[in-house]
Amino acid sequence: MITAGIDVGSRTVKVVLLEDGVVKGKRLIFPGDLDGDVAADTAYDEALAAAGLTRDDVGAVYATGAGRKMVKFAKDSVTDMSAGAKGVSYFFPTARTIVDVGAEEGRGIKTDGSGKATDFAGNEKCAAGAGSFAEAMSRALQLSLKDFGDASLRSSKSIPMNAQCTVFAESEVVSLIHSSVPKEDIAKAVLDAVASRVCAMVRRVGIDKDVVLIGGMAHNAGFVQSLKAAMAIDEIRLPEMPEYVGALGCALMAAEGGR
Amino acid sequence: MIANYGYKDGSGEYYISIDTDRCINCPAGHACLAACPKGMFETMTDDYDDEVTWIKAQFRRSLAYDCAECKPSGARPPLPCVVACTPGAIKHSW
Amino acid sequence: MSETLAIADSAAKPEFWRWEETSWADPAKDWRSAKNITVGIDVGSVSSQCVVVTDGELYAYNSMRTGSSSPDSAKNAFKGVQDKTGLTLGDVHMVVGTGYGRVNVPFSHKAITEIACHARGANYMGGNSVRTILDMGGQDCKDIHCDEKGKVTNFLMNDKCAAGTGRGMEVISDLMQIPIAELGPRSFEVDQEPEAVSSVCVVFAKSEALGLLKGGYTKNKVIAAYCQAMAQRVVSLLERIGVEEGFFITGGIAKNPGVVKRIEKILGIKAMETKIDSQIAGALGAALFANTLVQKNGPLKPIAA
Repeated sequence: MITAGIDVGSRTVKVVLLEDGVVKGKRLIFPGDLDGDVAADTAYDEALAAAGLTRDDVGAVYATGAGRKMVKFAKDSVTDMSAGAKGVSYFFPTARTIVDVGAEEGRGIKTDGSGKATDFAGNEKCAAGAGSFAEAMSRALQLSLKDFGDASLRSSKSIPMNAQCTVFAESEVVSLIHSSVPKEDIAKAVLDAVASRVCAMVRRVGIDKDVVLIGGMAHNAGFVQSLKAAMAIDEIRLPEMPEYVGALGCALMAAEGGR
Repeated sequence: MIANYGYKDGSGEYYISIDTDRCINCPAGHACLAACPKGMFETMTDDYDDEVTWIKAQFRRSLAYDCAECKPSGARPPLPCVVACTPGAIKHSW
Repeated sequence: MSETLAIADSAAKPEFWRWEETSWADPAKDWRSAKNITVGIDVGSVSSQCVVVTDGELYAYNSMRTGSSSPDSAKNAFKGVQDKTGLTLGDVHMVVGTGYGRVNVPFSHKAITEIACHARGANYMGGNSVRTILDMGGQDCKDIHCDEKGKVTNFLMNDKCAAGTGRGMEVISDLMQIPIAELGPRSFEVDQEPEAVSSVCVVFAKSEALGLLKGGYTKNKVIAAYCQAMAQRVVSLLERIGVEEGFFITGGIAKNPGVVKRIEKILGIKAMETKIDSQIAGALGAALFANTLVQKNGPLKPIAA
């Protein structure tokens, strides 16, 4: 049976198509001006077209993410925590602590070996606690987010940031640039700040091996390094398609839930 | 005076209130200072020349994160600072 | 469209967020015939003020944008008053510093918190019936309760989050490309009062504002929606410790009727009026504290700037 999972996040929409436990296709779009339900339709239809499928080929669709209720064609919707735990179990059955850093929320999810979320803690609706903070600062430094992350790896300083709000931090970064602080050190300061906020949330559920990082920021090597340091651990497991893990979890749950 | 340290942002309201009238000549010897695992409290002389306790400046804007360890998800064990303050001057808004 | 607010990069373009800097001296007074001359310096994150009080009464002030160095901002704020009146630091009996940069006023004799100074300043500006002071500053928002003498009984400050602060308003001014002083009046030139934009985060409100424009809102209507959001946000802060009449507003945003009128409407309480510039409350309170100390302990030697 073919199932689909759709994750309507605060910044991107992700779709995963699954057939008999194998990923058949996936798609990510930036909705921009589109309304949530239109964005969901667009992402779904584009994913299907790329895989050579139609909506009729799909047995069931489950939805997750901040906008999951807007997905009219979904059979059921599940929380980000459940979807994340399920998706992670596909890659790392040994995972016990999941760190999920999206655009607007950084959260910790506790999981047992069965793919269920047993506990979670997060701080949502504040841009400073998650990916969009790093992205805004990378724009202030006029670097792509990837280059921003790579730059931070070249720094060994630990400059604390005073500002806790994205709006104030932009001014702080500008004045650091004017004081000739190297971009590498600023980048590290920013990623350290986000990592520290995310880590505080994860500590509320406790840190147990294996620790897995999901969400878009997992692509950022600089952020992964800052997070390891904040959590005082040597290893963080990274799945192949970290931003799709929620959607994958939905597709898996759809397959188990059946028609 | 009631001094409220903290903030409100998109994710919620996080304030620690200290009733400084109860702080003056503290019968608990400002035990809150040692009780907090992050050392967030310190004593100072306020604008009216009284010896009271406040939250150190570097913590005031990140209370949701700094207090996170004392507030595990799903549980609400007694907070070390509140327990240590026998005059009952300390309150958390979340 | 880049959403970065890089103020440094806009040096070549008109700066819509820039508000008018002012200085004033009372033409009916002369500091040379005063017994006690005290100065208060308030270095804020966005603006700095210097106030001169002679024999317990307001004499002169200067208000300007804070530069990148707090000590320089303090010096420049005083220089503004010096240029206007001829007063030098050598003529001053005591200087009290306050604000974020209070430890960075190199020539101050004492530092007092902005909370206590705002209460004292508001007590002078509004009289002894002032009980609740709302200060909407550049990067913070304060709610201060005081007694009839201007002594603080309860306070709450939010300087973590840009919502409800002057910077939040500057972001909208820049986004809409409209001078900041015009935002308030324009927010009333709408056919219908709109709902507030997201009142929880300026970052989100910014994207919402762009969406509203695309959806057909006029600029004025977007500004109105933003002012409403800011008013709601500020009221929610006030409600944490309550609002007792007389209600007095200080700080830069007090000059924005678009926000002030909407706050009054939500609270059902009118703010007290004053003829004195709302931005000088902190520095004025500082100068008044200094005056009391000089009356008690006598004058102090000036500290080199």
